[in-house]
Amino acid sequence: MAELNVPARVDNLDEVIDFVNRQLDETDCSMKVQVQIDVAVEEIFVNIASYAYAPGEGGACIRFEADREKNEALITFIDGGVPYDPLAKPDPDVTLSAEKRQIGGLGIYMVKKSMDGMTYRYEDGKNILTIMKKL
Amino acid sequence: MDIKKIANGEELTVEVSGRLDTVTAPTLEAELKTSLDGVTVLVFDFAGLDYISSAGLRVLLSTQKVMNKQGKMIIRNANDSIMEIFDVTGFVDLLTIE
Repeated sequence: MAELNVPARVDNLDEVIDFVNRQLDETDCSMKVQVQIDVAVEEIFVNIASYAYAPGEGGACIRFEADREKNEALITFIDGGVPYDPLAKPDPDVTLSAEKRQIGGLGIYMVKKSMDGMTYRYEDGKNILTIMKKL
Repeated sequence: MDIKKIANGEELTVEVSGRLDTVTAPTLEAELKTSLDGVTVLVFDFAGLDYISSAGLRVLLSTQKVMNKQGKMIIRNANDSIMEIFDVTGFVDLLTIE
């Protein structure tokens, strides 16, 4: 398992993505899967950076675990911000016209659609969100 | 991310390459804000674009709304990963993709 702890700020996004990609480089995952994971990691980290501690600041922990037997990657995001379950959010209507489209919620929707599993729990004052992707 | 603009009369081609993400999307948004006056055909050439997240989609959506009022917007050369994101998010139906 590898772990990265950074201040939850959007300007740390590149560091978070680089960390995840370094871990993925050690697996045999395809470029397509890597892009899907990168998008998921970006959407979740940016959500934490934008909302978890607003208007203050706090930290985020990103854990990466590759299960070689099951051939899947597990990435866990932990923050001590306000309780927020992204899975509880209704999916956006992706059939509306450009004029009626709301962009809110689209990021998490993309994560839900592209990952193979997603769990959320709130424990000891922390949001713990795990995404799973088959490699 | 790199942006290259090629103007030809009322047609503007914008080549975007690299990563269009939360960090880079505001740069594209700012670039477009000052570029669309009098443009009736806007072409995004995504041949060099490797990655797009919802922040990039947000810029495409707001630009599509502007172009709906003054002409048309066309997306060209999007790779498979990006097409899949357009697909999942329903953007395939909002955008004109060639």
